[in-house]
Amino acid sequence: MSATEPTMTRAPFLERMMRIDRRVIFILIGVALIFPLFFDITQKLPVSREVQMAADALEAVPDGALVLYSMDYDPPSAPELQPMAVTALKVGLRKKWRMVIIGLWPQGPQQANLALRSALADEEFKDVRLTEGVDYVNLGFQSGNEAVIQKMGSDIPSTFPRDYRGIPVGEIPIMRGIKNLGNFDFVVNVSSGYPGTREWVQFGVDRFGVRMISASTAVQTTEMFPYVGRQLAGLVGGMRGAAEFEQITSTPGRALKFMVGQSVAHVVVILFIVIGNVAYFATRKSRRDK
Amino acid sequence: MRREIPTFIALFVGVVCIVQFFIPHRPFGTLVDTFSDWFGILQAFAIWLGALNLLRVSTQRTLAKKSHDRWYGIVVILSFLLIAIIGLFFSGGRGFQLAGTRFDYLYVNVYTPLSSTMFAILAFFVASASYRAFRARSWEATLLLLAAFLVMLGRVPVGDTLTGFLPEGYRLSDVASWIMTYPQVAGQRAIMIGIALGVASASLRLILGLERSYLGGE
Repeated sequence: MSATEPTMTRAPFLERMMRIDRRVIFILIGVALIFPLFFDITQKLPVSREVQMAADALEAVPDGALVLYSMDYDPPSAPELQPMAVTALKVGLRKKWRMVIIGLWPQGPQQANLALRSALADEEFKDVRLTEGVDYVNLGFQSGNEAVIQKMGSDIPSTFPRDYRGIPVGEIPIMRGIKNLGNFDFVVNVSSGYPGTREWVQFGVDRFGVRMISASTAVQTTEMFPYVGRQLAGLVGGMRGAAEFEQITSTPGRALKFMVGQSVAHVVVILFIVIGNVAYFATRKSRRDK
Repeated sequence: MRREIPTFIALFVGVVCIVQFFIPHRPFGTLVDTFSDWFGILQAFAIWLGALNLLRVSTQRTLAKKSHDRWYGIVVILSFLLIAIIGLFFSGGRGFQLAGTRFDYLYVNVYTPLSSTMFAILAFFVASASYRAFRARSWEATLLLLAAFLVMLGRVPVGDTLTGFLPEGYRLSDVASWIMTYPQVAGQRAIMIGIALGVASASLRLILGLERSYLGGE
């Protein structure tokens, strides 16, 4: 090797800590998320104000009330939202609410069906026998986004002329006497974007005065916080909110289990951020000198 | 007339919708209900337009000789046709979403896990992006880093375990909750008010015919 050839030097340890290969991060996050699923670990969570409000609002709805479930999400957000939908339906089953299900998203009604199947599979409800059309109805999807909510404010039968099986609403016993949103005692909205909670607040709450809670993805939750207290009677946000919701309603499910993995993953991310910043500050002087 | 008629329709519908908000009686209430129906019908056609456009773009991609994405195009077309044909012709007609149909089988066992997997991949990218982006390079970046650090730790039980020695109300979950409830809400409200003002002015420009870019052309 001649004297003019550049010598191969290993980057100092701290420099390398600032540029950790993303594959290393991916593997560690994968392990952090998957590993806890093999253990039966439960965590007691402090319940946040907005989830407590949501649980209190549902508790205040009388037994046998008429409740609208607007399921505005699809499978990509189901890992977060499905546990919330299942919990909200379990509360409805427990309180013997008459449940009307709709979807502003095409896949929402089918997600609701899956959630109802999960809820009914619970040991607590093994003796419950629901009659479709009497105890609950799934009116399916209707296109039109916020225009659907606006129309529901004046005339629900013309907005949803048939249920998702094709039966005219006039022949569905639970729909008798339901004219508009004012007939519902409460609205539960499970939302992962547009159209969703924001449109329900703008049209359903502000315009027609419905009382509602929202269950939304963690990404969307920050946007919904300003509505909590006035327009929203409660807010269940993200996996953490879903886990709190299960805990406070005494319906333990998948969110409490998934929360363990999320806890470990958060710690791993924080460790990487700390390592990156320590390395950044430790090498700052040498970078300036260069 | 190609510009005047659409502009008049926008003006008429916009004005009626605004008036109906304050006077929800006939004829305004009935008119807005009719507009809502039309909107729903247009949206339904837009879904078809979207589906056909997806097929067109994917076919073009598949037929392009030197395209590296042609295999993706083939997968899109085959998946689209499979789910559409199964749903339309082999799943019991209108009740195609009922439990036990072939469409339901595909939805539960193929579409749902694939979609959830795509969304779950976000967790890995967020972790990698957080590691690279959250550096205390400036005063503002440090504030963002600190808030993210506290919220991330406060939103999981580990945060409270670490600060369990502190009195209730001062633990990490309480700090995270405070950040979400006050500074975060203040920022969100500012953004929302800004967006609302923007939407109001853009809507007025559309209704009054000052903004015509939606009609196409220059």
